[in-house]
Amino acid sequence: MSSTAQAVHYEEHHQSWFERWFMSTNHKDIGTLYLSFSFLMLFVGGSMAMLIRAELFEPGMQLMQPYFFNELTSMHGLVMIFGVIMPSFVGLANWMIPMQVGAPDMALPRLNNLSFWILPFAFILLLSTFFMPGGAPAAGWTMYPPLVLQGGEAIAFMIFAIHLMGISSILGSINIIATILNMRAPGVDLLKMPMFCWSWLITSFLVIAVMPVLAGAVTMMLFDRFFGTNFFNAAAGGDSVMYQHVFWFFGHPEVYIMILPAFGIISEIVPTFARKPLFGYKAMVYAIACIAFLSFIVWAHHMFTVGMPLGGEVFFMFSTMLIAVPTGVKIFNWVTTMWKGSLSFEVPMLWAIGFIVLFSIGGFSGVMMALVPADFQYYGTYFIVAHFHYVLVGGALFSIIGAVYYWLPKWSGNMYSSFWGKLHFWSSVISVNVLFFPQQFLGFAGMPRRIPDYNVAFADWNMVSSIGGFWFGATQLVFVGVVIHCVFFSKQKATSRVWEHAYGLEWTLPSPAPHHSFTVPPVIDDSQLAHGDVTH
Amino acid sequence: MSQPDANVYYVPHDSRWPIFIAIGMFLFMVGAATWLNGYDTAGHIVLTIGALTIIGVMFGWFGNVINESMKGRFNGQVDASFRMGMMWFIMSEVFFFAAFFGGLFYIRTFVVPWLGGVGDKGVLTNGFIWQGFSAAWPTNGPEAVGGSFSVGSPWGIPLLNTLLLLSSSVTVTIAHHALRAGNRKRLIGFLGLTILLGLTFLCCQAYEYWESYVHLNMTLHSGIYGATFYILTGFHGLHVTLGAIMLSVMWLRVVRGHFTPQHHFAFEAVSWYWHFVDVIWLCLFMFVYIL
Repeated sequence: MSSTAQAVHYEEHHQSWFERWFMSTNHKDIGTLYLSFSFLMLFVGGSMAMLIRAELFEPGMQLMQPYFFNELTSMHGLVMIFGVIMPSFVGLANWMIPMQVGAPDMALPRLNNLSFWILPFAFILLLSTFFMPGGAPAAGWTMYPPLVLQGGEAIAFMIFAIHLMGISSILGSINIIATILNMRAPGVDLLKMPMFCWSWLITSFLVIAVMPVLAGAVTMMLFDRFFGTNFFNAAAGGDSVMYQHVFWFFGHPEVYIMILPAFGIISEIVPTFARKPLFGYKAMVYAIACIAFLSFIVWAHHMFTVGMPLGGEVFFMFSTMLIAVPTGVKIFNWVTTMWKGSLSFEVPMLWAIGFIVLFSIGGFSGVMMALVPADFQYYGTYFIVAHFHYVLVGGALFSIIGAVYYWLPKWSGNMYSSFWGKLHFWSSVISVNVLFFPQQFLGFAGMPRRIPDYNVAFADWNMVSSIGGFWFGATQLVFVGVVIHCVFFSKQKATSRVWEHAYGLEWTLPSPAPHHSFTVPPVIDDSQLAHGDVTH
Repeated sequence: MSQPDANVYYVPHDSRWPIFIAIGMFLFMVGAATWLNGYDTAGHIVLTIGALTIIGVMFGWFGNVINESMKGRFNGQVDASFRMGMMWFIMSEVFFFAAFFGGLFYIRTFVVPWLGGVGDKGVLTNGFIWQGFSAAWPTNGPEAVGGSFSVGSPWGIPLLNTLLLLSSSVTVTIAHHALRAGNRKRLIGFLGLTILLGLTFLCCQAYEYWESYVHLNMTLHSGIYGATFYILTGFHGLHVTLGAIMLSVMWLRVVRGHFTPQHHFAFEAVSWYWHFVDVIWLCLFMFVYIL
């Protein structure tokens, strides 16, 4: 199919500002919209985190009512997952995938714009609940019934916002699959594709398989609350644990939706700055596919203490530990790519190495939790909070920031200040450990999550963690400065290759990349590709 | 009709439809949520405006696509993108139903037996809270929520509905073959017959719901059985309705002569959708009605 790709037909006409940003069909403009939106949401969700850490700075109630604290923890989770990590990965996919496979644009350009524009409206729905009678949803981002059903007017808005976010990501994924499978330039074989494309192809299948399941779960909740059904009422033969099973059937693959594209990004950055081809390219592809498959059969490890039969506990324990194998393959291959390479530590490489270290810490605590008997101690404590923040902040977010530092010169045509980029990195990587490492101690000692007050025994490490939190939050303002400076004020022009050893089709385009990427499919010179049978 | 230029991948220019339909969806959901929270009038008004916006945009958006298709803008590669889009959209629908089927299986395999005292979990729940409750299906739980009810036989209306949908799958395939053979009369007839079979199915289902509510006291409130029954059959019915609307649009387009024996992806997409609805029904017939 890809061999039929030839020239592209555009109806060229002058675009007004409004047309460009609101009615666009251009993958780069839509990618910019996605990235800007998630950047904004990073600070919305981040301010909630700052409030949470401020309340936890000292034992006792200082700043807010407990219910508002619960609203903050719930909404912080929803905003960060659906408003920051997922859209920023889709934004990166929009920008990079057509350039990486040699396509003129995404396969379904109008649909692409729709998947973006649903998001701001979904978040208006979700965030407006703060101002409603009864406040925002406050039962955690997992929205377990029956607790969540006792909320105020927010519940219907929350459920519909989830529906909209689901529609948005499903449409986005359909588009990504069609682009990767149908729009590759002749010669970009599947096994020569950049790892970022591979990771997104597999992630898209996960999205299509699990977002509808989340929609089903919250739909049952909607019916229980408003139409008198009894899905989650044991007196009527239902079961609130059924929600947890359906939710986590979505929830666990969702975890990989938020990390597989990160794997793809790291697999692009590391070879560039190690000046060696990626070690074990095919093994990396198979490892991602393997992780994706396993992610469907491990969901109940999120609910070991709920009272499952022993057989269930054992099955989910072993299947969960299996995931460590392909994940280990990935870590091993990144390290081996760097082994005996001529490394240089430009800003994106720092973030990539930071990712590998921090993600490994989060991964190891994940293996600890996979053990059923041990998990009974960890369940519902700050150990869990530390674990998923290591993989989502130190993992997913670090990879996204690394990707921005890697491709921003390509997008804007300008170089950023590497001094400020490095400052941003070192300040982030130290503060993120000050923030989350002590939470592991707190969790071991038994401090429960989602609680605004705590025993004085936990006071010291909470204060340390809060200081790290404020430090990490403030550091991200540097990022805003670097990006704005680079895009609008930087005088230093980027070359088309940008990085000395960067390979892949995107680097054959000038910087900034032209509005339409490949109007004529490129003739593929294998030595220009990063993967496949390469000799560089 | 000009031939598509095989060398050109059509990238449309700016379109106002995506942001309009996003606004429509937003209004629809704000209206629905407002209504559910008890503000009926405001809710209904906003919901209606949202629904009308969505419908209006669909006319405009599909109109654009049809226009471009008639002008021969879409080559084989664009066609392949559309095919993949429809295929994976249907896949996502499959997983939407999977959530409810999964819930049903979990309830029937684990929850109801536990409530009835089977296994370590069941011994405690049953012994301490609902002593004497014995597991059975259909059930509305140990507290008989929704009052006693009965269930109709699967071999009456449900069997008839199965036959209706299965034959409609056959007729839509005959119509497709007729389209490819250029037999217009046969196409119009069998496509029309498919729509009629779909509508008959919906009428039978409406009668079945009425019967259940009025004579069998089997309602949405009838414990877990009523909940799973209505959510599964209800969402399926909604999909049949949507499918019938899509088939009707195809019928009108056939009458207007939009399709050629080689170039009729819209028709194929709708027939895929119709087969999907059919397969879901077979699962429903099996797991909701018979077993």
